[in-house]
Amino acid sequence: MEKSIDVRGLSCPLPVVQTKKALETLNNGDTLEVIVDNPTSIENISRFAKNAGYKVEKSESKGITVLKIYKY
Amino acid sequence: MSQNKLVILSGIIVGALSVLLIILGNPANMGICVACFIRDIAGGLGLHRAELVQYLRPEIPGFILGSFIVASLNGEFRARGGSAPLTRFLIGFFVMIGAMVFLGCPLRMVLRLSAGDLNALVAFIGFAAGIYYGLIFIKKGFTLGRSNKIEKVNGYIMPAFAIFLLILVLAAPKFIFFSAKGPGSMRAPFLISLAAGLIVGILAQRSRLCMAGGIRDIYLLKDFHLFSGFIAIFVTALILNLITGKFKLGFANQPIAHTMAIWNFLGMFLAGLGSTLLGGCPLRQCIMSGEGDTDAGIAFFGMLVGAAFAHNFGIAASPAGVSINGQIAVITGIIVLTAIALLNVEKD
Repeated sequence: MEKSIDVRGLSCPLPVVQTKKALETLNNGDTLEVIVDNPTSIENISRFAKNAGYKVEKSESKGITVLKIYKY
Repeated sequence: MSQNKLVILSGIIVGALSVLLIILGNPANMGICVACFIRDIAGGLGLHRAELVQYLRPEIPGFILGSFIVASLNGEFRARGGSAPLTRFLIGFFVMIGAMVFLGCPLRMVLRLSAGDLNALVAFIGFAAGIYYGLIFIKKGFTLGRSNKIEKVNGYIMPAFAIFLLILVLAAPKFIFFSAKGPGSMRAPFLISLAAGLIVGILAQRSRLCMAGGIRDIYLLKDFHLFSGFIAIFVTALILNLITGKFKLGFANQPIAHTMAIWNFLGMFLAGLGSTLLGGCPLRQCIMSGEGDTDAGIAFFGMLVGAAFAHNFGIAASPAGVSINGQIAVITGIIVLTAIALLNVEKD
């Protein structure tokens, strides 16, 4: 299953809080796509996800940055 | 350099600069205090007439410009705004009320603690409690809404305002106030204050240093990353205070401090609650405003106006204690921010 959330323009700590909530609804093997727009959110979400044992990949297309978080 | 190392290095340098600024003239236990300095700027501009605390502190423009310069160089300058600005103004106002009753922003709280002022320990517990309380609403879905990308020129307003303040303090026209006595008269030389502010601005922008975030992330995520910066400031300032003989352990007779424990607790409870709802402590608001965040810019002006009200309405505390006006203002702030937090919830 793939889920997508958009945390662009949200104040700290909402991007991480929403990422955390979304990951809790996923099962192993699922992917969460997080649409972000600022370096602080990217760092915070990546750090949280890595500390929680997920794999994180960052990609950019058409000026939009996306973090893909893989739940094993 | 990894972000982990950077935040600790930033903390060390902020702690060291804070003590250095005191040695070079800033008030005792107030090498850097974002709230006190914004209050001093309010005084310098004549927004309040408390004669002991009027001076256009160069450190604050330094934070804003340091952040602006490094964000611009790193491609992190992004003009944005539109996330409930009037509400943010009000929250900034009340963060300042809380700080004026405690007599310090969260950073000064850490610095006071590092000098042995145990009143700041009471305040720290209040600050942590206020953050915990704010997080209850965040977990229930509190949000002030999204900010949007806006034209770059709007993001230049705060850096331009910072330059304007620096011009005013150097030109010293007759309508700008400079305390002749009291904490406002205690100041490090202009260039040192500015340089220190710029360095802190650069480091705080790169490391995302935030006192409220430090405690918040422990509760929320069991993440000690930002808190390690907080600890680095404390340990560095503690060591330097011990070496320079500025450490005095106790509650009574601490510099620019009072011993009314309930109001130290509640003042910083309010500051912690407000900082959590804003998404960052007063220092972080200065830094974000330099990066182009106009919502943080509005919060800054809320703090400036809050400082003016605090002194005009007898709300601000003094070493003698907290007036009834100050007590009413803090309780009002907690009630108002609770209402803002309850009523700004996005249902899923």
